[in-house]
Amino acid sequence: MTNPLPPPSGMLAELTYRCPLSCPYCSNPLEMAGRHAEMSTQEWKRIFSQAAEIGVLHAHLSGGEPASRRDLLELVAHCAQVGLYTNLITSGVGLTKKLFDDLVAAGLDHVQLSIQDAKAESADWIGGYPGGFAKKLEVAQWVAESGLPLTVNAVIHRANISRAAAMVDFAVNLSARRIEIAHAQYYGWALRNRGHLMPTREQSERAYAEVEARRVFYKGRIVIDHVAPDYHAKYPKACMSGWGRLTFNVTPTGKVLPCHAAETIPGLEFWNAREKSLAECWTDSPGFNAYRGTDWMKEPCRSCERKTEDFGGCRCQALALAADPAATDPICSKSPRHHLIGEIAARESSEKVEGFAPRRMAPTKVADEV
Amino acid sequence: MSEDNFTAESRPFLLRGVRLKHDLVRKCWVLLAPERFLRLNGISVDILQRCDGSAPLTRIVDELADKYRADRVVVERDVRALLAGLLEKRMLAL
Repeated sequence: MTNPLPPPSGMLAELTYRCPLSCPYCSNPLEMAGRHAEMSTQEWKRIFSQAAEIGVLHAHLSGGEPASRRDLLELVAHCAQVGLYTNLITSGVGLTKKLFDDLVAAGLDHVQLSIQDAKAESADWIGGYPGGFAKKLEVAQWVAESGLPLTVNAVIHRANISRAAAMVDFAVNLSARRIEIAHAQYYGWALRNRGHLMPTREQSERAYAEVEARRVFYKGRIVIDHVAPDYHAKYPKACMSGWGRLTFNVTPTGKVLPCHAAETIPGLEFWNAREKSLAECWTDSPGFNAYRGTDWMKEPCRSCERKTEDFGGCRCQALALAADPAATDPICSKSPRHHLIGEIAARESSEKVEGFAPRRMAPTKVADEV
Repeated sequence: MSEDNFTAESRPFLLRGVRLKHDLVRKCWVLLAPERFLRLNGISVDILQRCDGSAPLTRIVDELADKYRADRVVVERDVRALLAGLLEKRMLAL
């Protein structure tokens, strides 16, 4: 590294993998640690304090469903006390009006609410949770009444893609200030269910254009963050804005990672915030340093003018689709393996939507239940 | 929305969930907002610290023109440009 490492600005705290929903595109890993392996309240508080000290500005409290943690209020209050901008990333399920009011009073700054679709029946089917859609409407109203900013997050895939633009309208009606329209990214459960989620190129292109048209129509009313459909793109996404460059994740058991899927790359050593300081995990862990900057790049990335723009795309995707985490993300049209993407997308978009594997935690072993 | 939405009497304020913070690690002021932060230069901080919902645009411009001994027209252009950008990003209201 020629330049000194800048401080991280964001921390995604995966407080728990427990979640009442079972969305087939969940970015959590296929093997999820259960409640008994989760960090304690005190451990999380120590980590949030350290995060503020090393320059983290935003704490994103996520999961799983963060409201599954009984100490959510205490953790939010602590984040606010140490000066972190505190964002709750929630399905809404598990929140009560009382808890929400208490979170606001404790200093919560922002709520990001997921929706599965703009239509109740379809939304509840995708999330695997009857009544979930109605609950979300209720939570959105609480947020609007509180005056806190609301972001609606919608993952787009074959079962809801015809309503991608309608979800923007829906978010405007919920008084959201911001919406993330994220075409499914194929990691974790989404990779496992890719054949049920992948839209056709025509569907992707139409949905993309319709959402972009809303950007103009709603200018000044809602901010649209639009995550493009990877498999139908010409250039890869700047995954995590560069590996270990701005943000990190902390898993429910304390592992500090550059992204959700980093542990799928074999041979990388990541450290645990239970054992080392967050500063050490961020600065010195071999896994973070493996793909920082541009020195690790091979051709065609190494001589590419876009290398500091998209950072070679995604390391986890390079591993999953090109069997080499240091290769150019095959989403890139300059990748020698780019043809594979078109083949996968065409094949996988022709299967049935039904029959996906719902996101589930492995059954708890009896021995854990003491 | 464009700059035309402002009048001299507009009273801009940062929306809830958008706030200034003096960042001791980066040694600068930042504006914190949902999923965003902006590094602020000294003039931007001066502008935003005056956006309290009670000060009209004219007063904000007068004060800054005075403080920086600068041409009022130039100051007003800078103020409007900053605020119009934040208005479009849903960080500010009038």
